[in-house]
Amino acid sequence: METFTIRAQARASLPGTGRQAIVGVVASGNLEVLLERSETGDAVVVDVTTSARGFRAVWEAVVADFIARSSPGGVRFSIHDNGARPDTVTLRLLQGVKLLETQP
Amino acid sequence: MRDWTRQKTERATRMDAAAPFADGKVVAADNATDMLRRVIKSGDRVCLEGDNQKQADFLASCLAQVDPADIHDLHIVQSGLVLPEHLDLFRLGIAKKLDFSYSGPQSGAIARALDQGKIELGAIHTYIELFARYYVDLTPNVALIAGVCADRDGNLYTGPNTEDTPTIVEATAYKSGVVIAQVNRIVDKVPRVDIPGDQIDFVVEAPRPFYVEPLFTRDPGAVTDSQILMAMIALKGIYAEYKPKRLNHGIGFATAAIELLLPTYGEKLGLRGEVATHWALNPHPTLIPAIESGWVEQIHCFGSEVGMDRYMSARPDVYFTGKDGTLRSNRLMCQNAGLYACDMFIGSTLQIDLAGNSSTVTPDRIAGFGGAPNMGSDAHGRRHVSDAWLKAGREAAGDSGPLVRGRKLVVQMVETFGEGMKPAFVEELDSLALARKLNMELAPVMIFGDDVTHIVTEEGIANLLLCRNADDVEQAIRGVAGYTPVGLARDKAKVEALRQRGVIRRPEDLGVDPMEASRNLLAARSIRDLVTWSDGLYSPPSKFRNW
Repeated sequence: METFTIRAQARASLPGTGRQAIVGVVASGNLEVLLERSETGDAVVVDVTTSARGFRAVWEAVVADFIARSSPGGVRFSIHDNGARPDTVTLRLLQGVKLLETQP
Repeated sequence: MRDWTRQKTERATRMDAAAPFADGKVVAADNATDMLRRVIKSGDRVCLEGDNQKQADFLASCLAQVDPADIHDLHIVQSGLVLPEHLDLFRLGIAKKLDFSYSGPQSGAIARALDQGKIELGAIHTYIELFARYYVDLTPNVALIAGVCADRDGNLYTGPNTEDTPTIVEATAYKSGVVIAQVNRIVDKVPRVDIPGDQIDFVVEAPRPFYVEPLFTRDPGAVTDSQILMAMIALKGIYAEYKPKRLNHGIGFATAAIELLLPTYGEKLGLRGEVATHWALNPHPTLIPAIESGWVEQIHCFGSEVGMDRYMSARPDVYFTGKDGTLRSNRLMCQNAGLYACDMFIGSTLQIDLAGNSSTVTPDRIAGFGGAPNMGSDAHGRRHVSDAWLKAGREAAGDSGPLVRGRKLVVQMVETFGEGMKPAFVEELDSLALARKLNMELAPVMIFGDDVTHIVTEEGIANLLLCRNADDVEQAIRGVAGYTPVGLARDKAKVEALRQRGVIRRPEDLGVDPMEASRNLLAARSIRDLVTWSDGLYSPPSKFRNW
């Protein structure tokens, strides 16, 4: 088990008014992402709890690319990962922000 | 004066010695080992039929019971070395040298036996390469084969799993060798004659039916979103682009996902009838929805698959069947079809290096590659054209010259991270370390980079046909290698330039939305769905049933 936090600034805050969303499950090769619109301005916080040790550099690269792609300013991500691969992580993050953007 | 008939004389001597243990051609199971002792001599080349699926398992266990003091130094020449008994022959000192194609479950044991000097390795062949050598310099002295039933004259019905049998028997029988068949039953009349009795010397009714491994059944329930995304990328970026009508699929989950997307995503792309109509393919249960939806004209099979027999018998317009109504497979013919008559091979791999060399070898395992090196190679003897073949050839040639020949599409699909988050893209293949350790002159490479035309990952497609030098190839590969160390070390500017040239195509370049990649796209989401699609004709083996 490894736990760390990645902080970043997005280009803009995430559109929409949804306060909270959850996607994915903590199954093998998968992850659960809780999104909360709780940060100020364009700040982004990603709390990662992962079963796979030694992949922090990969997480940082995946999160940096994701933030550049979808600009989720103001959102805190809490991730429980069970050995998901990077493309699954990206997919869940994208699904999460879409849900947060579109829900009332 | 030279004796020109030594082989015939030798054969007659052995047949005479074995005669007391037989009633005509029929040998009782209890006498099988004694008969083998009279028929096989030390130093013989022996084919102990082990195909990709069908195993002469009873004869294998009989051979393992001979005294190594009497029979030793056998040279085993067989395509599949997958039973523990096969390895016992080497461990006990009955066999010494090995030429083979595929080892699957025994891959770790073979590597250990090589390391301990128990096996002298000839070569790891592709299937038709080994079959070819049966007729040149690896002709068996004795072949121990497997069939479903035989009559007392030795006429043999191999059933749907004909596989390698005719090829082995032809080489052995016509070069004064001895052919012994184990069958599940001895009958008065066989349903059809797959091998004429003229070519069979002895038949033994085995105590148990021969073992067949269900190798090609992929449970749709285990297909992941990533594999679905890769399947969408392949359908849009390769099938829709080149329109290969004649093809072979590998046996992995990525191609199973493609098969399950044909009736849904493929239909949406308007590809039915335009692609994937004629196949050299094992009976993949995951192709049933596409067959039932009218995608497939015909399929020739290397072997059969457990549970598919009734379905195939009911679809003789699609499958090759005998007058008795059951499937006829043939590995030699189908491998040849894959080499010369297919426009595309698409399959999974485990490791790819920076030159596009592809291997499924992992440290301490020698699994062999079966048919993949043949399926996944461009046949330089091909002289007939197709649109897909010519388009690939033109892309490779660029603008050069008036004499452009085509290329077979050889597509490798791989998720950037494999089991246990092991990166699939590497600076050096594990097979090189294995070759150094075991002093192999040729590292086991499944498909060499110069035959690979496309690499598909969840990051997109690298089109190696459009690469003009080694640096292009390296950066194209790094460009689809995602977050692996090889991918993170890419030259971003060069990768972007390759994307502008269309060498790299991302999902968004192809109009593929990763958010759409979900299991809802699968035509069947479970084995049970496949049974429903087949109208109840497909009966999956019990290990795949959960209802």
